[in-house]
Amino acid sequence: MLAYALKRLGLALLVALAVSAASFVLLRISGDVALAIAGEGARAEDVDLVRRTYGLDRPLIVQYGEWLARTLTGDFGQSLYFKTSVAGLIGDKIGATVILAFASLTLALAVALPLGVLSALFPNTWIDRLSLTIAVLGQALPNFFFALALVMVFSVKLRWLPVSGSDTWAHFVLPAISLGLYITPPFMRLIRAGMIEALASDYVRTARAKGLSPLSVVVKHAMRNALAPVVALAGVQFGFLLGGSIVIETIFALDGLGYLAYESITHKDFPVTQAVLMILSVVYVLLTLATDLVNAWLDPRLRTG
Amino acid sequence: MSDATLEASAAAASPDPRGVALRRVAGHAGLMTGATLLAAIVILSLAAPLIAPHDPYAQDLAKRLAPPIWDARGDWSHPLGTDNLGRDYLSRVLWGGQISLLIGFSVMIISGLIGSTLGLVAGYFGGRIDLVVTFIVTARLALPVVLVALAVVAVASGSLLVVILVLGLLKWDRFAVVMRSATQQVRHLDYVAAARAAGASTARIILREVLPNVAPQLIVVATVEAASAILLEAALSFLGLGVQPPLPSWGLMISEAKAYMFFSFWLIAIPGTALALLVLAINLVGDGLRDTLAPDGRA
Repeated sequence: MLAYALKRLGLALLVALAVSAASFVLLRISGDVALAIAGEGARAEDVDLVRRTYGLDRPLIVQYGEWLARTLTGDFGQSLYFKTSVAGLIGDKIGATVILAFASLTLALAVALPLGVLSALFPNTWIDRLSLTIAVLGQALPNFFFALALVMVFSVKLRWLPVSGSDTWAHFVLPAISLGLYITPPFMRLIRAGMIEALASDYVRTARAKGLSPLSVVVKHAMRNALAPVVALAGVQFGFLLGGSIVIETIFALDGLGYLAYESITHKDFPVTQAVLMILSVVYVLLTLATDLVNAWLDPRLRTG
Repeated sequence: MSDATLEASAAAASPDPRGVALRRVAGHAGLMTGATLLAAIVILSLAAPLIAPHDPYAQDLAKRLAPPIWDARGDWSHPLGTDNLGRDYLSRVLWGGQISLLIGFSVMIISGLIGSTLGLVAGYFGGRIDLVVTFIVTARLALPVVLVALAVVAVASGSLLVVILVLGLLKWDRFAVVMRSATQQVRHLDYVAAARAAGASTARIILREVLPNVAPQLIVVATVEAASAILLEAALSFLGLGVQPPLPSWGLMISEAKAYMFFSFWLIAIPGTALALLVLAINLVGDGLRDTLAPDGRA
């Protein structure tokens, strides 16, 4: 197990390094940072001055090395637009995004778990069709359209919930529903398929033959085995939620990382964009690492890979 | 005997497997619904130059925000009303369909070429090549697509071509993952060994023996990815960092209508519904093809 863990950790570090280099180069070659710092309509000599002052005239690899060295010490530089430290900005905003991701994940599981299990227990009944309809709609509705429709009904017509902001728990309800619907279908499909397979398996048949109550068979025997892949999916989806909440956070002006990323992109605030990109990638790498290790710990057969 | 085993044994007993597959396709309600809906959307969008009642760019400031016909104040000169610049909404929705279809199709082709090449090569050769490809795919998965696409489109300035290229170069991961595992499953089968024994070149084996046998999974991923590309373009354009005005992208139309949503919600509901119907149609076709073509594949 230790050998596997070390190997997996080494791979994660390499991936993080590759991603940091890729995103650094991607942002640098797709736009002129010096021009962005000097501002629109700056004179050519001013842009040149900025380029020399910030060391942007040096080879890309040198700039990357310096950026990486600073980043590893926790120094993400200064924001060009907000005029404060990038690390401080991110520290302020990350809380809202994590709360939103947890809330959406909880909502999605609260819908997907009962519906997935019930539709596996009663295939081709109305409950199976209901969950299939929810899954198909959740995949087809653009989440920003769904979010605007929710605002229209619950904020404008019924006046139950605020339109935008992130001050109270009420501000998180509509964003969490919008994001939650979006990630419900994959959970529902996975739980339904896992339960159908588990219910047809030998150990469930044995448990039934022993005369255990149907509830105990479903909960203790079938569900426990069907839920292992759901844990893995939850890890990956959490990472996806942190990066995927840009659209929803922007619609609701929810003051999190996604909205910060959007603002940094529209204001050409490269240090902030770069830092958010880096943090989201590293969080994703760590989440998949954790999921892999938990799975390998649960199932020794996976450790050889 | 369950339905699935019945179907499988019927397929095995039939002298004409292609006929059985066709009958299964025709008997799949979701697939037929999706295909009909998709065909309708494709025909309406392609026929936009012929059937659109107005020029989608022609502004008529005297007729701004005219309501659609289901509203008491609506009239037939603008069946779906007009937007804030007085442009005919029905014409814009019809022309907008072309943009979504173009995005879905071209992103699917670009990302499909990149991803399935990587997946086929990794799955067929295995070993060190597989390690390298797996590493590239893992690194790509760690990059948040929406954020990277937004950032690149913002600096490279949004145009239809840039959006297509950026999404195509980003979204090949699922193609690679699925093609890799599908290829691993067939590479040791007898017909591949036979082709190798007969002295066929590696390129020939991959293209003529492996590719046709992993095609069902490829088609299923392609539909999923086309739908996802359409949704992504709409989201980018909605944020103002995708297709630029005055093009009638459905995502952009929703974005432009946001300021008027409290009194004219149909401005958002119409392109939103169009998007949802198109994605629904493609997903139904994809799910149906998965059931009928690749029932035991992991696509």
